[in-house]
Order: sequence, then structure tokens, then C-alpha cells
Amino acid sequence: MTAKTDRKAEPDVALSVRGLTISLPKGMERVHAAEGVSFDLRRGQILCVIGESGSGKSVTANTIMGLLPKAIRITAGSIRLEGREIVGMGPEALRGLRGRVVSMIFQDPLSALNPLMTVGAQIDEAMLAHGVGTPTSRRERAIELLTEVGLPDPELMYHQYPFRLSGGQRQRVMIAMALALEPSILIADEPTTALDVTTQAQILKLIRDIQARKGMSVMFITHDFGVVAEIADSVVVMEKGRVVEQGSAAKVLRTPDHPYTRRLIAAVPHLTGVDRAPVPVADTEPVIRVRNLVKTYRSGSAFLRTERIVPAVQDVSFEVAPGRTLGVVGESGSGKSSLGRLLIKLIEADSGQILFDGQDIAPLPEAGFRSLRQKIQMIFQDPFASLNPRMTIGRILTVGPVAHGMSHDRARQEARTLLDQCGMDPGALDRYPHEFSGGQRQRIGIARALMFKPRLLIADEAVSALDVSIQAQILQLLDRIQRDTGVSMIFITHDLRVASQICDQIAVMQKGRIVEQGPPSQIFLDPRSAYTRELVAAIPGESPRGPHPVAAAN
Amino acid sequence: MTAITAARSPSHWWQSRVMRRFMSHKLALFGLVMISLLTLACVVGPWLLPYDMLFIDLRARFAPPFTGNHYLGTDPLGRDIAARLLMAGRVSLLVGFIAMALAILVGTLVGVIAGYRGGWINAVLMRTVDGFLSFPSIFLLLALSAALKPSPMMITVIIALTGWMEVARIVEAEVRSLKEREFILAGRMLGLGRAHIMFRELLPNVMGPIIVAATLTVARAILLEAYVSFLGFGIQPPLPSWGNMLNGAQQYLAGAPWLAIIPGAAITVAVASFNFIGDGLRDALDVRSDTV
Repeated sequence: MTAKTDRKAEPDVALSVRGLTISLPKGMERVHAAEGVSFDLRRGQILCVIGESGSGKSVTANTIMGLLPKAIRITAGSIRLEGREIVGMGPEALRGLRGRVVSMIFQDPLSALNPLMTVGAQIDEAMLAHGVGTPTSRRERAIELLTEVGLPDPELMYHQYPFRLSGGQRQRVMIAMALALEPSILIADEPTTALDVTTQAQILKLIRDIQARKGMSVMFITHDFGVVAEIADSVVVMEKGRVVEQGSAAKVLRTPDHPYTRRLIAAVPHLTGVDRAPVPVADTEPVIRVRNLVKTYRSGSAFLRTERIVPAVQDVSFEVAPGRTLGVVGESGSGKSSLGRLLIKLIEADSGQILFDGQDIAPLPEAGFRSLRQKIQMIFQDPFASLNPRMTIGRILTVGPVAHGMSHDRARQEARTLLDQCGMDPGALDRYPHEFSGGQRQRIGIARALMFKPRLLIADEAVSALDVSIQAQILQLLDRIQRDTGVSMIFITHDLRVASQICDQIAVMQKGRIVEQGPPSQIFLDPRSAYTRELVAAIPGESPRGPHPVAAAN
Repeated sequence: MTAITAARSPSHWWQSRVMRRFMSHKLALFGLVMISLLTLACVVGPWLLPYDMLFIDLRARFAPPFTGNHYLGTDPLGRDIAARLLMAGRVSLLVGFIAMALAILVGTLVGVIAGYRGGWINAVLMRTVDGFLSFPSIFLLLALSAALKPSPMMITVIIALTGWMEVARIVEAEVRSLKEREFILAGRMLGLGRAHIMFRELLPNVMGPIIVAATLTVARAILLEAYVSFLGFGIQPPLPSWGNMLNGAQQYLAGAPWLAIIPGAAITVAVASFNFIGDGLRDALDVRSDTV
């Protein structure tokens, strides 16, 4: 114990990082994952580390936990945890600190929990590993923790397996595990990114409550300024491995100094209650009219009584006028993605009508629909999965039109024009998808959807996998394309802030039904249904009424 | 570390990393060199040797290796073993490669269709695969070659017939996981035909596992051919194959051990080399570590 000499330096600093430089192995796109990173986490505060993907924020957190992969190493700097220097500390000593002094919660609670162990056993294990307590005392403590993180029926929860829990419940279990040994520092690495907006609000509230109750210090890593506004006391902004700005949350959010911070804050989509200026179009007859659409997934067998029926889309009706955008918002499992896939007939509807230009396409067989396919195109969610990795961009863009009889040269010419229109260099044609970043790939995906000059574009979570600054650029691009071509859009998203930016009409879906439909001004300022109100209130960092919107717990 | 924007000079996806990883696999490289040498020797060797494989040198019967111009000795009839070994190599390697090509063709076709179409088509095709797998392949091979006239072509077809199922299973599993990827949905959105999606969008993405399966199938085919020929049901003398050379050697094992050792070593080297190459390719093409 060297506590005596160290403690007097900074009594109220729980974690102090000075000049931390972490080197990446050769051949990576940059030399350092983090370079000269310095910050202090004060006792009893929440420090948000914010940055885009690849900014080095997660690597920094993993370094503090001593969880770096072998190839990545610390080359300079110091990390003091409660006054103890941990750079250069042996693995055994570090292990003793993990869990006891500092513990961590992760982004994906499903992969962070062992699927073959009950919730109780995993919490028990965290304590057992540090030789704490007896079996009975550990069990009592585990149930106490499960109660503390607000899980219903903790006694029952103790014996559950992770797959039986929802995403929010799993994250609560992770938090309970992290709290098991009463650490003084909690590191949270994007703990709410994988969660729905209402669940996110609950988890943020839980972390804030526990932090206040226990006087813990929390280092919270996020890419979302909305989350920062919600919980941070102080903020560290990272860009490409460097700290570009730090200070109190109020100061960084209101008067950011560094241009990067300003750009990040400007890129955050804000809830606008203002309706979008409509794109002028001659024709007002709806492009698509959906009537009472129904889709139910069945699995298992009715005969063996193992049948599971999931109503994905129930009795959904809406229409979209030319040059307009309909936003479909809802949480995961609300049926919004199924709806998108029904519209381009990637899956077949059970009943209902899809009138496209007056023709009902729902009952059409694949062969009959083929010529109409060109008129309805889709932009996919994951820019890394939506382009065939074995094909050049040129092939990806031209394969569809060529299959429909366009000459190869003409298709290439068209592709060149569209790439240019989507803000890409036409030289991309001969390159492969892995040579491009996520945002660039999404631009290619948009160009592909435009190759047929469609009348309706369906964007399925088209910006959710992207960093906020890229997100803003893609939204601008979509807006411009709509103004140039007059294409109609159905924009499917879980992010109400994004929807409020680009949509003329918004349909809110819950459990397969549209619970409310209207212009953004109505949905965000004067929501009619209770569910919409709950969704709007849960948006982090946005507050149509009052500074701290708190979601109805559970 | 996903965003790689800089243009890299070799633009073929497999040029840089896969080759580098394969080259760092010592045994695989050794296998590749051995197979190349063996193939080269079998193709050009017979023209360079002083004796024909059927020429009978009566004065030099049972000659041990390095007797005069008989580099590897002679057999009980006085035929040059080097000439016979290389001709046998042509037969064995050819049988191996063609059987592999047939097995891969059938296996890939069945695997891609079963994986992509799913439903009852998948059920029928994959249960057929299970059916074929439930025959003990060696006995099937022996029974078939005993019943049919054992020409080299027939042997090849029979070996392929017992080897395509594994390929079909690998491809089916791979296709089934790939077809849910968004780029396949995108293909459907563009209105591409089923055959186009299966063979021009999906197939290039399963080439890795297919190539690995192909190398291992060659090894297996060579071994099977040797096995059947050794038992006398395969390639028939006077046409030599590594297997029937072993068969001819067994009664002289004590007096003339080189008769067995030489073709035996050839089989071992060929099969082991193909397996090494397969292992190397598997590591180099490993999809899980492939972040493309």
C-alpha cells in the first residue's frame, strides 16, 4: 500500500489520467489509439467521454480496466486509481482492483452475460472471485442488488437465465454485477446505445440515482450529446485519440471552444416541432396507399402445440404523397422493419392492400411484380452488410439495371452520375466496399437505390449505424435528393429526433399497430396517445417541457 | 477501426492479406511446393526418363534403387519403377482432381440451392445428403467397383459420388447464414433473378470454404483410389496407379521392400501435402477473422 504518499495529492480525485499514450500495432490506420490523454474524474461525479467511432474513447476505458488486448500497449503516461498508479502494475494486482475499486458495464448486455449461467450465479461469481462472503450472505447480497437496480421480483430473477430477460433488464443485471463489490468507480461503455429510447431513459435514471445514493464516481462513454446533456457533470471530448476539449457539462454544451466540439454539437439532431417546408410537386395523388395491412409470423407447429404467433403488422393504413416523407417510428419489435419489407415484398403480406400508383401489389406474384420493383427501392440499415464484399462498386450499382435490360455502358454512365450526385468520387466504381467508411458506403447504398429513378424510397434505419456528424450529412443528402427528384420516402427509424428532421408526416408504431399519425408539430408538441407522449419524454437531452424529462419508470 | 478510406494499391480482395497469411503458414507452403514438384514430375518426368513404363528389362529384374539407369529400381518383371511411379502419379492425381471437381460441382450446386431456397427443397436435398452419408463409403466403393467394369473414369465418378455430401453441408450452412445479409435483400430489391442471386451474388462469398473443402477432397480422393486399387478393385494393371503398385509389392515385401516403400511414400507425400495446403487455406481464408 502506497496510499499514504499518494492520497494527499488530490483528495477529491477518484481517477486521474495523465499523458496517456496507447500504441496500436503496425499496419493500422494510425499509430496511437490515444495520445497524451489527460483528465480527472472527481469523486461523486459523472464524467462523460464523448467522441465518434474510432476516437479512442473505448480503448481508454479498457486501459483503465486493464483489459487491453496484447497487441495494444501503453507507451507513456500514468493512470491513478484512488491514488494508486496502475500503469506497470502486475496482472494479479490489477485483478484485485477490478470489481472492487473499479468496475465496468458494457454496450451489449446480451454478449456480456454468460448465457449458460443464471443471473444469480453470475452476481454470486463476481463476489466469489474476490473471496467475499459466505454462500448465504452472497445470495442475500445478490437479491439486495437485484432489488436495488429495480428488477421486478428479485427472488425469481435470481434463478432466471439471461435469454429470458429484455435488453433493459439485462443491462440492469449488468449494473447489479458491477455494483456487487461496491466499487468507488464505475465505467460505463455506451451502456444505453443498444437500447430503445424509453429503456435508455430508465437506465440513465438508474445510473444517476445509484451514483447519487452511493456517492460513486462514474466515467460514462457515449457518442450521444443528448445523453451527455442528461447526466454529465463534466465532459471530455475526444477526436482521433486526442482530448480536444474538456470542462463542465454546462460549459462544453453551451459554449464549446473547439471547432470539433462545435461541429459535433451542431450535428446532433434536435427535436423540431416545426413542420418541414414541403417539396413542391405538381401531382398530389398518393404514390402509395396502404390499407389494413396484416402480417403475422408463425413458428413451431400447431400440431405439436409449440406454435408461436407473433403479430408483426396489424391493420396498418397510411398513404404517402409524391415528394413527401412519412416517418415510421417505434421501438424494437414494434413491426416497423417488417412493414418496410412488406412494402417491397421481401416478405408477403397476410391480408390488406398496398396500392402503388393505384395498383394493388400485395397479391402480385414475384414475376408480375418484377417490373414494378424498380419503382420502389430500399436503403438498408447496415452499411457494412448491405454491399456485397466480393464485388466492385461498379458491379453493385449496375447489376440491377443490367439485369433489367439496360446496356452496360449506359448503366456505368448512370452510376457515375449518381455517385457524383451522392457526393462520391466516380473513381469509386472500380473499388471494393471494404475500402470505404460507413458513411461512404451508405452513400453508395443510396446511389444504388436511385439507379432505377424510383418513385418511392424506403429507408430502413438508414442512419442509425452512423456517427452523428455523418448522420447529419446523409440526412441532408436525402433531403436534397428528394428536392431534386421529387421521390417519396418512407423513413423507418427508432430515433424520434432524426424523424423530426426529415419527415412531413410521422406514424408511431407500437406492437404492430399505428397508434398515432400526424405532422411533426402534432407528434412532438401535442401528442395524442399516451405511448407517443412516453416516447417523446424519453428522448435524451431534449425537453419540450422542463429541463429533465424523466420517463415513467417501467 | 473500420473506416479505411485510403486507396490500397492491390485492389483484389484476396491479394494482400490472404496470400500473406497463407505464406506465413510453413507447412502449407511446404505442401504447396511438394505438390507442385510432384505434379511437374508426373507431367514431364515420363518423357525425360530413359525407360518406358511397360518396357521389360529382363536382365535387371528386382533391381534395387540406383542400379544403372533404373533410378528407383525395377519390379518383378523388370519394368522401371521410376517410370511406373510417375505414370501412376498421372493417373492418381488425375483421378483425385477430377473426382474433386465433380464432388465440388455437385456439392456446391446442392448446397447453394438447399441453403438459399430453404423450406421443402432444403428438406429434400439435405435428407438426400444424409441418405448418402449413411452408406459406409468404403464398402459402397468396393461393391460398386466389383459390380461395374472398373475403368479409371468409373472409379473417379464413384469416388466423387461418396465425397460431395460434405461439401454440400458446408455450403448449405454458409449460404443459409449469408442469405439473411442485407446485400442479398438488396439483390432481391433490385429484382435480380433467383439464379443470379444464388450463383453470382452468394457463390463468390462462399468460395473460401469451398476452396478449403476442395483441397481436402483431393487428398481424400487420392487416398480412396489407392485404397480401392490396392484391394484390386480399382485401376487395373497394366495401367499403373499408386494403389495397384502397392498391391503388386505385397508378396515381395521381405526381398524387395522398395517396391512398397516408393509408391507408399508418394501417396503419403501427396495426401499430407494436400491436407497441409487445406489447413493453411482454412487459416488464411478464415471468415471469422475476415473483417471485409
